[in-house]
Amino acid sequence: MLSIKNLHVNIEGREIIKGLDLEVKAGEVHAIMGPNGTGKSTLASVIAGREGIYEITGGEISFKGKDLLDMPVEDRAREGIFLGFQYPVEIPGVSITNFMRTAINEIRQYKGLEPISAGDFLKKMEEAKNLVGIQSKLTNRSVNEGFSGGEKKKNEIFQMAMLQPELAILDETDSGLDIDALKIVANGVNALKTEANATVVITHYQRLLDYIVPDFVHVLFNGKIVKSGGKELALELEAKGYDWIKEDA
Amino acid sequence: MLALKNKTNFDWKLKYCKMKPQTQDISLKDLMVELFEENREVIFRHDTPDLKARRLIAFDEFKRTGFPHNKIENWRNTDLKRTLEASYQYYFEPTFRQGIDLQHIFRCDIPHLQTDMISQLNGWFISENGSLKKTRQGVIIGSLAAASQHYPELVSEWLGKLADNTRSGFVALNNAFATDGVFIYVPDNVQVEMPLQMVNIINHDREIFVQNHNLVILGKNSHLQLVQCDDSVDHQRSLVNTVTEVVVGENSILDHYKLQNKNDASTLINTVFFHLERDAKLSTNAITLNGGIIRNENYITLNGEGCDANIMGVYLVDKFQHVDNQVFVDHAKPNCTSNELFKGIVDDHARAVFNGHILVRKDAQKTSAYQNNKNILLTDKATVNSKPFLEIYADDVKCSHGATVGQLDQNAMFYLKSRGIGEVNARMLLMYAFAAEIINDIKIEPLRIRIDDMVKKRLRGELSICEQCVLHCSTMEKPVEFEIDLSKI
Repeated sequence: MLSIKNLHVNIEGREIIKGLDLEVKAGEVHAIMGPNGTGKSTLASVIAGREGIYEITGGEISFKGKDLLDMPVEDRAREGIFLGFQYPVEIPGVSITNFMRTAINEIRQYKGLEPISAGDFLKKMEEAKNLVGIQSKLTNRSVNEGFSGGEKKKNEIFQMAMLQPELAILDETDSGLDIDALKIVANGVNALKTEANATVVITHYQRLLDYIVPDFVHVLFNGKIVKSGGKELALELEAKGYDWIKEDA
Repeated sequence: MLALKNKTNFDWKLKYCKMKPQTQDISLKDLMVELFEENREVIFRHDTPDLKARRLIAFDEFKRTGFPHNKIENWRNTDLKRTLEASYQYYFEPTFRQGIDLQHIFRCDIPHLQTDMISQLNGWFISENGSLKKTRQGVIIGSLAAASQHYPELVSEWLGKLADNTRSGFVALNNAFATDGVFIYVPDNVQVEMPLQMVNIINHDREIFVQNHNLVILGKNSHLQLVQCDDSVDHQRSLVNTVTEVVVGENSILDHYKLQNKNDASTLINTVFFHLERDAKLSTNAITLNGGIIRNENYITLNGEGCDANIMGVYLVDKFQHVDNQVFVDHAKPNCTSNELFKGIVDDHARAVFNGHILVRKDAQKTSAYQNNKNILLTDKATVNSKPFLEIYADDVKCSHGATVGQLDQNAMFYLKSRGIGEVNARMLLMYAFAAEIINDIKIEPLRIRIDDMVKKRLRGELSICEQCVLHCSTMEKPVEFEIDLSKI
């Protein structure tokens, strides 16, 4: 589904990702772990298509066989990529409801489908809200405006439930969450899991992986994946820290 | 039926200009001075002696100051050179385009909006039902010229008293020249249920200079919703200098809206003087959608304790349009609040100017006064000049001011796009959200819904004058269909 080959990314002339390879297939859950500043969030942003400071100097990313690098951000989303933000953006004046209806209808239009009916949309909203325990009044508020850290992360998973992406990349979704909110977010992600979609969880801590169990764990260090393994690798990292990886690398 | 006399009483400038070689530059100021001298009898024809005396004082002031220019501090960023160099016709009697269908151009097409419409065409009050009417509640609505004859004591108590000649040459010139406009009187203890809508449409086959003067008086414990619309229905150049004096009596409430949708060749100087007595509440909201040069001057005097003034505006300008909002709030008495918020989106080569000045006098303790101006610039050729200013002589006050000029938030754009929303709709969502804060404050619901639609259309580049005016139009409007529905549910 997602194939990254020998990816090189610079930020302001400095190489952050230095030849990264990653293969994600439908039905899989991947965890990318690593110390701070090793390029985890850069990788997430580059897959989602963020422009500006990122300069891709080499390699390729394809999604369902299509070259992602030439695709605008919105088309990547319409193809089925979803980025759960580490720091969700506050957008005063845009209600979550309008935001989601606009997004769903643009995705549907891209796929040659009719706009969603009001009834279907409301039904979908209810289901997604229930999944992450969002009170209905939240959806009439402006996107993320005045939300607590936990509400913002729940809102990301709510959006994921609304858009039903084929590939969800969750960037530090666990950061800033207490254990109850973490469980809600993890349960939401697990409930959305199917054989047809895939999830990439980017995290600093093993804690989230107690609730979202990965099929593969990758350690990102110094711009490269230096070690890959099963879920037991995460436990090993938790016990031993990252220093032994650094030494190996 | 309305008598339509297309009598050109004065066609002076056209002749004058034809007689003079182009190189000999006669300023509009000199022309206006001569015009006044030569038409004194016509101008004074309905005046009581004291009104006549006020005109003469105003005329002297205009002779002294002339039109504003860029060396005057609060005119530094609004250049009227081209406006003042143009040739205009000036009329001392009602004048219209031949064969115009008045019912058609004043037809209000806001669904469900029931207003009492007060029509002005080229600054002249027009009505099929006489020039003045008095409702069962005692509300008087009509032409200022007629009111000054039938209710001289009401008119002369306030006319020219608020409109300070020294504020600008335009105010002085208007006080000297204007002979008609709208008069509204709401007696004590009257809640006017239906909003009043004063519409001034400019529609003429000549390039005209229009000066009208409105007077609105609310007694004590009364309530009025007033919508003031300035429109053009053609592309003819015009200069409109409107002065409105508004008295809000003790414990009364006035909701005032200005809707401006004019052609790009028009200049509108719209000056409003608000005078609030004890415990009066004012809300005024200026919505500017199109116009060549639009200058809104608001002078608000809080002349009693417990007054509350909300002064808002939103402007959406592009091409070479120019909008200028000037707000002066005079906190003359203690325990009053004022809150200013102006927001604008400035595209292409357009320019927006904001000057806010709050004066808190020495005795005006416990004043709360806030002003804020927020702008989004869509291009690097667009300009904003914003100057919030506080002048405080009392020591126990809460005041703040602020101004921001920025682009659309790139983080928000990325966030929206990362959910599949394309560039066009992402920009639309953010621009609309920015303007919505002001629009949501419109308290007349059908009007709010309509303005909401107009703003969406404007942001999509689909609104222009002629085809779609703010409140009325010459062709039936197609229902607005959006690819995305921006209404809140």
